Amino acid sequence: MPLFNANNPIVKWVDYRLPVFSFADAHLIDYPAPKNLNYWYNFGSIAGIMLVVQIATGIVLAMHYNPSADQAFNSVEHIMREVNYGWLIRYMHANGASMFFIAVYIHIFRGMYYGSYKSPREILWWMGIIILLLMMGSAFMGYVLPWGQMSFWGATVITNLFSALPFIGEHIVTWLWGGFSVDNPTLNRFYSLHYLLPFVICGAVFVHLWALHHRKSNNPTGLDIKGPQDTVPFHPYYTVKDILGIAVFGIFFSVFLFFMPNALGEVDNYIKANPLSTPAHIVPEWYFLPFYAILRSIPHKLMGVIAMGASIMILFVLPWLDTSRVRSATFRPVYKQLFWIFVVTCLVLGVVGANPAEGIWLWIGRIFTFIYFMFFLVLPIVGWFERPRPLPAGIAESVLEKSGGGSSGDEGRAA
Amino acid sequence: MADDGVTRRDFIYVAAVGMGAVGAGLSVWPFVHQMNPSKDVLALSSIEVDVSALEEGQAIKPKWRGKPVFIRRRTKAEVADARNVDVGDLPDPETDQARVTKGRDEWLVVIGVCTHFGCVPIGQAGDFGGWFCPCHGSHYDTSGRIRKGPAPKNLEVPPHKFSADGARITIG
Repeated sequence: MPLFNANNPIVKWVDYRLPVFSFADAHLIDYPAPKNLNYWYNFGSIAGIMLVVQIATGIVLAMHYNPSADQAFNSVEHIMREVNYGWLIRYMHANGASMFFIAVYIHIFRGMYYGSYKSPREILWWMGIIILLLMMGSAFMGYVLPWGQMSFWGATVITNLFSALPFIGEHIVTWLWGGFSVDNPTLNRFYSLHYLLPFVICGAVFVHLWALHHRKSNNPTGLDIKGPQDTVPFHPYYTVKDILGIAVFGIFFSVFLFFMPNALGEVDNYIKANPLSTPAHIVPEWYFLPFYAILRSIPHKLMGVIAMGASIMILFVLPWLDTSRVRSATFRPVYKQLFWIFVVTCLVLGVVGANPAEGIWLWIGRIFTFIYFMFFLVLPIVGWFERPRPLPAGIAESVLEKSGGGSSGDEGRAA
Repeated sequence: MADDGVTRRDFIYVAAVGMGAVGAGLSVWPFVHQMNPSKDVLALSSIEVDVSALEEGQAIKPKWRGKPVFIRRRTKAEVADARNVDVGDLPDPETDQARVTKGRDEWLVVIGVCTHFGCVPIGQAGDFGGWFCPCHGSHYDTSGRIRKGPAPKNLEVPPHKFSADGARITIG
């Protein structure tokens, strides 16, 4: 279904000088995508569109926001009450960050379920983790900008993580602050970096897509594309499917945006920052809670910081920890169960992170921190003893088997 | 020229690129150092606090270098509590005497920043009658020493001295 006529003289003239038309054709139109991608594969494009929403709303907010310790809090209220549609754009940006993380977390879990991190997609996977780290930095610094109590104390606690480093820790913290506490210089530099990082994310997304298009998408069977019978052109099949996914996700986003815009935030952030008084219960935004729970589960400052860092860094070596030759969890009975245990573990750690680190929560946190790391440590052994279920002959065959056989999924293959 | 194939021109290449790398490295420093505290921030490094109105058992919380300082006029019982512990058993062993000024033993001056992740502990709270940090549950005693919880060190004692009549304290 060609979108433009390759024989049109203007198209030819431009394409000879700057191959925009051939590039669009190769990567968006005739690009061969596996024909069996399910709806879990929508979250990459949803995450992409959320990045665009964050940049668009962020640029607008920057036109009205004032990054000084005296005025930041007031300027956010000015945006909410006085700027035309300021409330809408700020709520889009604040809730959009949560939506971006929801999409990215589902995208990551999907990659883990179908073994998308495995050869030859390790660098694609690494770029994804780098994007996640950049998002975390960007989200953290963005949360400081309204200069509420949670902004201030979140910034204090997170920057103090570096003070756990021996010898140089205190110097690094002073350097990050530009003073002896979180104050005006800190706010200014966070604003500068918060504006910068999304564009760095764009660059990382470009490399992520470059690696993706070089080796093509994985798919629910985890089998390689063997020929044209396994693929469909990206346009119209996946352009339309992606737009549908974005529309449905947009409804979900709108429920938060219009009906409960503060549900994911903390009320304490509507109190202006006070360096002399820490709120009784400080918590990070929900998307950091599992990592925060791991930090607090270790009763030693430096080890806690190391464990929290390791909980993300360990994802970089996941392609080598997983020794199985089968990619998709669909055909891996043991890994499939481990995967769901891992998902539940992340959710439980999230709940633990939202509760005070005392009593029963401390112990639940410690147990699930242990399970979190055990998941990665047992993976090499699982790949060794697990007996995978028989694989279909190919992507096309698995699709035909599903629709032609009349029986759905698992029973069809087991027979 | 020697027979090892290394020419004068090779040396010039290496020297030029090496010099370029050194120059590039040095030019990074201003961009790193600009983030350290500026001169006006460093200038605000000392305050004088009038403590003449404090009764026994009272505390005030002035701000120094952007951080709260706890100045507490301890009761005799609190001083006795602080001195009545086996220093060897503390996570960060330090005597109460070493943390206060001789002759002004009831006055404790500490930076009000938890040594864990920098929250401000709550006064007259916790299991040891000193401070309690609400963020991650560290308990400090009446000498500001860590007794229980994740914080690794005692609350820091800032450099401070009393005026001759004891009515004012200079911090910094």
